[in-house]
Amino acid sequence: MEIAYVRSEPAEALPPPTSSSGPIGWLRENLFSGIRNTILTLLALYLLWLTIPPMIQFLFIDAVWSGSDRQDCLGADVGACWAFVEARFPQYIYGRYPIDERWRVDIFFFLLAAGLIPMAIPRVPYKTLNAIFLLVIFPVVSLILLTGGDFEIGVSWWLALVFTLVLAEIIVLLPALLGAVPFAERKRPATVTLVPFAALALIFVIMGLDFGLREVETSLWGGLLVTLVLALCGIAASLPLGILLALGRRSKMPIVRMFSVIFIEFWRGVPLITILFMSSVMLPLFLPDDVSFDKLLRAIIGVAMFASAYMAEVVRGGLQAMPKGQYEGADALGLSHWQKMRLIILPQALKHVIPGIVNTFIGLFKDTSLVLIIGLFDLLGMVKLSLVDPKWATPVTPATGYIFAAFVFWVFCFGMSRYSMFIERRLDRTHR
Amino acid sequence: MTQSDTETTPRAPVRKMKVSDEVMIDMSSVNKWYGEFHVLRDINLTVNKGERIVVCGPSGSGKSTLIRCINRLEEHQAGSIVIDGTELTNDLKKIDEIRREVGMVFQHFNLFPHLTILENCTLAPIWVRKMPKKEAEEIAMTYLTRVKIPEQANKYPGQLSGGQQQRVAIARALCMNPSVMLFDEPTSALDPEMIKEVLDVMIDLAESGMTMICVTHEMGFARQVANRVIFMDAGMIVEQNAPEPFFNNPQHERTKLFLSQILSH
Repeated sequence: MEIAYVRSEPAEALPPPTSSSGPIGWLRENLFSGIRNTILTLLALYLLWLTIPPMIQFLFIDAVWSGSDRQDCLGADVGACWAFVEARFPQYIYGRYPIDERWRVDIFFFLLAAGLIPMAIPRVPYKTLNAIFLLVIFPVVSLILLTGGDFEIGVSWWLALVFTLVLAEIIVLLPALLGAVPFAERKRPATVTLVPFAALALIFVIMGLDFGLREVETSLWGGLLVTLVLALCGIAASLPLGILLALGRRSKMPIVRMFSVIFIEFWRGVPLITILFMSSVMLPLFLPDDVSFDKLLRAIIGVAMFASAYMAEVVRGGLQAMPKGQYEGADALGLSHWQKMRLIILPQALKHVIPGIVNTFIGLFKDTSLVLIIGLFDLLGMVKLSLVDPKWATPVTPATGYIFAAFVFWVFCFGMSRYSMFIERRLDRTHR
Repeated sequence: MTQSDTETTPRAPVRKMKVSDEVMIDMSSVNKWYGEFHVLRDINLTVNKGERIVVCGPSGSGKSTLIRCINRLEEHQAGSIVIDGTELTNDLKKIDEIRREVGMVFQHFNLFPHLTILENCTLAPIWVRKMPKKEAEEIAMTYLTRVKIPEQANKYPGQLSGGQQQRVAIARALCMNPSVMLFDEPTSALDPEMIKEVLDVMIDLAESGMTMICVTHEMGFARQVANRVIFMDAGMIVEQNAPEPFFNNPQHERTKLFLSQILSH
């Protein structure tokens, strides 16, 4: 049999030819792989040559880096007027927050970074404590720091609180009281349920305390502070709300489903500007005279609702993509509906829609500048406001201001985008 | 079908083992419709404790639906299903109770890809049985050893072969210490060379006296393990018998046709 062949030793792996590897190979492959690609490459290079050097010229070489007023930024060939941004920088960050109270905002920024950075780095331990800090301690401390605390929590609040506690206790112990379950078995879950209520009570007490901080009305807040407060509250509220709404929309219970659909379609169908207008102009008309919400709070609620409607649809997309087998696998093991969602479905579904979630976050972050129309001054609002100052009015001032604002927004959004890509890759690695 | 190459490790036929008189599963006059389609027609089936049943039949005959009704992955619309004395109704508590007692293995494994093998096995004992984590892990390792893959415990399902994944799925179900195991075509999605390792585990399980209902076309497995073979067609149980007479002397025309089709290739 002459055609029979059996390999006696393995063929060695050889390096690829140099023309297809290394930098030259890369250039050949990607930029000059044919006549059409070569022409496109040259064209792109020409366009870059047309745009990049003048940009560098304007932003760096011809830019004015220091100065005291508009005189320094006048002239025929003057580039960006960074001196103006430098002079207005504190306002861009703090808005009209009183100057001798700005240390409170600084602490807020510091606490935010101190909570977020270790949370974002997977290797840092104590994630649970970190999350408690970020979700409970940080918001309470920030609220007291930024506003001054000492909220008037009247007697009615206390009554409501005591009532809630008693009610919670009754609900928790109800099965035992009715004799459905032995008391001993119910004890531990009861204390576990009561802990959040006790924490809530403690928070109310702290909020009512006078720390001797001067009250700073939210109408004085501005700049990056407002942008961050709006975006953080929106992000923190929209993700859990969105998840609940998405689950609600897929629920088998008609009332829950209908409520979710109406909520989502209402908030998603109305422009954000309309929501902000309604919250600041229309809402007071419907409320009694002595009830008034803070304007910033109203904007926060509006933005959060708006974002959660979008978030709900993103999360629903992830839920939709889950194979039926995952539900059945969990069911067959006897997991309850919420255990199934929390342990099996949501971790996977949310992982699939990280790009969509971050997309919504980024959109939310940038949409915060719309609060300008209801008289709140976020970063972009402060920049706009500073442009009308005659002391700095020059032909290059507006461009400089907007470039600065755009840059700050871009840094935050790009940061979120890169971080989400990092997380995606990381989750992918552990699962495959 | 691959019946001819399932000559599993030669042992004494398991079906000689004693079967208890206690009734484990009792289905009487069970009917189910998918819309207008009558998928299960008047199913009467009693399974005793320790009995091993193989269900076969052409695709679309309702065999998967039948066993999926036993743990309420599908709802039956008429008749009654009683499992170990508990009747399946709309009562969620009872459904959960029954699901705890009934383990299921799927055609496509349905492992949780975001959890390690060990976590897949300990999840239900920890959350459903409220078992301490350490104990659950010990039990999981026992069963992973029994299905011969303890060394894979810290990998993710995506890193395992199909046969290994199916063995993990069996171990995962066993970790709940079920009194019945349902197998829904456990080897149909596997490459031929992996079928044997899964069948070996199932035979081992049968030898331990587990009550089992298997939807499968592995006729070698049926001959070796089953007490009873059930043939379904068009939503009905057409014929049921002990394996020897079932294969050697089928009575019904449909059974003869089916057997000739799957055995003669």
